[in-house]
Amino acid sequence: MMIHTLAEYQKQLLAKKISSLELTQFFLDKMAQHNALNSFITVCAETAKAQAIHADELRAQGKAGPLTGLPFAHKDIFCTRGIKTTCGSKMLDNFIAPYSATVTEKLDDAGMVLLGKTNMDEFAMGSSNENSFYGVVHNPWDTRCVPGGSSGGSAAAVASRIVPAASGTDTGGSIRQPAAFCGITGLKPTYGRISRYGMIAFASSLDQAGPMTQTAEDAALLLNAMAGFDVRDSTSLNVPVPDYTATLNDSLQGLRIGIVPSFFGDGLNSEIGAAIDNAKSVLEKLGAQCVEIELPHHELAIPTYYVVASAECSSNLARYDGVRYGYRAAQPVDLMDLYKRSRSEAFGQEVKRRIMMGTYVLSSGYYDAYYLKAQKARRLISEDFKAAFKNVDVILSPTTPDVAFKIAEKTHDPVKMYLSDIYTIAVNLAGLPAINIPCGFSGQLPIGMQLIGNHLTEARLLNIAHQFQQHSDHHQKVPMMESSS
Amino acid sequence: MKWEVVIGLEVHAQLATQSKIFSGAATAYGALPNTQACAIDLGMPGVLPVLNEEALHMALKFGLAVNAHLSHESVFARKNYFYPDLPKGYQISQYEIPVVGRGHLDITLDDGTVKRIGITRAHLEEDAGKSLHEDFQGMTGIDLNRAGTPLLEIVSEPDMRSSNEAVAYLKTLHTLVRYLGICDGNMQEGSFRCDANVSVRLKGAEKLGTRCELKNINSFRFVERAINYEVERQIDVLENGGTIAQETRLYDADANTTRTMRSKEEANDYRYFPDPDLLPVCVNEELIARIKTTLPELPQEKRDRFMQHYGLNAYDANVLSSARELAQYFEAVVDVGVDPKLSANWVMGELLAALNKENLAIDESPIPPAALGQLLQRITDNTISGKIAKTVFAHMWLNEGSADEIIEKQGLKQVTDTGAIEKIIDEIIANNPQQLADYKGGKEKLFAFFVGQAMKATQGKANPQQLNDLLKEKLQKA
Repeated sequence: MMIHTLAEYQKQLLAKKISSLELTQFFLDKMAQHNALNSFITVCAETAKAQAIHADELRAQGKAGPLTGLPFAHKDIFCTRGIKTTCGSKMLDNFIAPYSATVTEKLDDAGMVLLGKTNMDEFAMGSSNENSFYGVVHNPWDTRCVPGGSSGGSAAAVASRIVPAASGTDTGGSIRQPAAFCGITGLKPTYGRISRYGMIAFASSLDQAGPMTQTAEDAALLLNAMAGFDVRDSTSLNVPVPDYTATLNDSLQGLRIGIVPSFFGDGLNSEIGAAIDNAKSVLEKLGAQCVEIELPHHELAIPTYYVVASAECSSNLARYDGVRYGYRAAQPVDLMDLYKRSRSEAFGQEVKRRIMMGTYVLSSGYYDAYYLKAQKARRLISEDFKAAFKNVDVILSPTTPDVAFKIAEKTHDPVKMYLSDIYTIAVNLAGLPAINIPCGFSGQLPIGMQLIGNHLTEARLLNIAHQFQQHSDHHQKVPMMESSS
Repeated sequence: MKWEVVIGLEVHAQLATQSKIFSGAATAYGALPNTQACAIDLGMPGVLPVLNEEALHMALKFGLAVNAHLSHESVFARKNYFYPDLPKGYQISQYEIPVVGRGHLDITLDDGTVKRIGITRAHLEEDAGKSLHEDFQGMTGIDLNRAGTPLLEIVSEPDMRSSNEAVAYLKTLHTLVRYLGICDGNMQEGSFRCDANVSVRLKGAEKLGTRCELKNINSFRFVERAINYEVERQIDVLENGGTIAQETRLYDADANTTRTMRSKEEANDYRYFPDPDLLPVCVNEELIARIKTTLPELPQEKRDRFMQHYGLNAYDANVLSSARELAQYFEAVVDVGVDPKLSANWVMGELLAALNKENLAIDESPIPPAALGQLLQRITDNTISGKIAKTVFAHMWLNEGSADEIIEKQGLKQVTDTGAIEKIIDEIIANNPQQLADYKGGKEKLFAFFVGQAMKATQGKANPQQLNDLLKEKLQKA
């Protein structure tokens, strides 16, 4: 069997069977070979090689840590000092941050090698990666399909094994949905588990970074390095970080899994339902028992989300005004013209739509009816989960109502697009951790399932996912791809 | 006059923290443009604000000093609007739940009566940068050094009824924030800025008139003038059958007028909502108790103590308690063992005059309080007269030595030897027979002539009291 995972490369590096530089060159070649997927906005070939050489030196000096020399990719939402950070937008096409995100620093300090910055929906708004200024990303399982979004570039790159692992961010499903569409493991941790500093904001109360990997074990390895309190992010949680790899092999005996029957109704692709049924029986054989639960306010999740997320984004994106950095319209005649044209010319349609929605719901006279009401609904959604976790340890659900759809299929219908996040959005509103795990195929397209946990139960989610992956092989399937050169 | 004036003030006090309210950049005034603005102040992508605890503590200090309700949980909100010197496109401020709730401040009016002015609230917020319209050939320059500087916005109730009251409130507040050490009070540099809400109504009317907000009134004098102008303008409009439009008006100090800046209709919809990047600010009893221990003696307490303990009159006590450093200086002089009234006279008289002349602050005085104390002791123990003391003071000001050194070196010691003074008096009487005859004849004013002659002869060093007594005695006998 070919080696692919971070954990396996880690062993190879440790045994000195391969150098970080060789590994890095191997992936840089693969990235070039498959650039038709369009999963990268920026490739960092030179800096990556320099990092790899440095990592090899550290290893030779006996100073290597667990992740030293392992290559990976960042979603282009994480600021990387000296390397362009675009957030998928024309607005930041020329933006080179003079600082790094905390996550960037942490993985850098851990000795990881940054191969490049992955494509994404503009400002992380989208479910198909079709909203990127840098073009659509193709799903490696069927290049006519979308990879999901907004972390579509990371998902496609990991699925096609042109990088071993990548970072993503998840505001309403942006890690889990593309992970499901591309057949990889994607963890959205508890809100505040990973610092948001230097991660370009979409909706601050919902945004959360996380690992996108081939296996739960790799996700645990990455989360170990990514998680932790950060004085620069007031909303990060000041709670110790456990070793997520230490509990991967814990028993699932007695695990109580909640199932929401209404999630498996008409709106769901029946093959996804069947795949999850199979997964259930795997988990039951490992000692888990399934319990039916209800989340009575779940239907409020999508409207609530689009009020909260849009409101926050309308304010978060106000800083892109053409004054200090980023895109500036040519020859503005006055201040208003500078603002209007810079923003009109550099923001894409979906971003504009959400800024307008957000501005509207925050306007005086509408604030109570929308924003305040959405905050109330958000509390109800959280309380549903709280009640559910009194009876179950985790909740098992589909990640998406359907498998990856065709490029351009839904671009004309934003509401239909929004509905593809129906299973993932409530999790962000409640700030909970959740993981997508590959659990089957519909034709050649992957199916994902989602495990949702209570606050700060990442270790348990990774444990369950790992145990499932020890008893299934969906995550090991690799798409057949033609190289593009 | 049938009109009643109603004034409420909004004061922005820049908090004297070392770093900005949400970033680690320095707050010092006067640096080169954009050298004190970090990625957070510039509103770069992905950066996040973190509350400077010192700013919170200063706000709480103020709250305690005005007996305000302190919120156990206050919330930072975003005030959204576009402006080139507002880097994020929103200002972080407190909106629905400010850190300092209702309180009050007592002011003393000119006639000595005390009036209580309600404080509606005080909240923390960040300052914006500055737009520079000169020197850029039709373009605008942006300096973001000030962006993110912590401000405490102190909002009063509409409790003031004249520009005098408004100025008295402002001065009292100005003294207070400097006492607390939370604001340097420098109005020229914009550390203490004031907007006034002014309206008029018929006396006895319950409903408030439509108000106008006056901006750009950044000195006590301008506050008074702008309000007076605005009150006249409003009364004029109303008496001519017009109505007042709610608007923001700009004070033009050169023309001494106010003019429309923006009407209510033009006002922004700020789309306030809680800032999701900042958690609610939690203040517990323990913190409040800790801040309480850091409160200095407040101006009014100090003034009362000066009156009771030192027997000063209200005026002196007021002046000496108007600034913490001045009060400290005064008390340090008294501590040397000098009579409080004498100390007060000298600090408020000679010392303040000399400081003002050279535009120095009290803590920049070339004469430290102990040195002045020594000088005043020499008056008390009759080594020198008050008049000679002024000469010694002038030498001390020029750093020529201590009072004793100067007195010694320049031979300024008072002549207290009765024999010596008597000898001089005898000579003067002998040399001025005409004056003596006139004096004896009833021209008692000539007594001063003899004193002057004696002082001249002793170069001012004769002990005045002793001289007076001996002279009287000799003249009578002569």
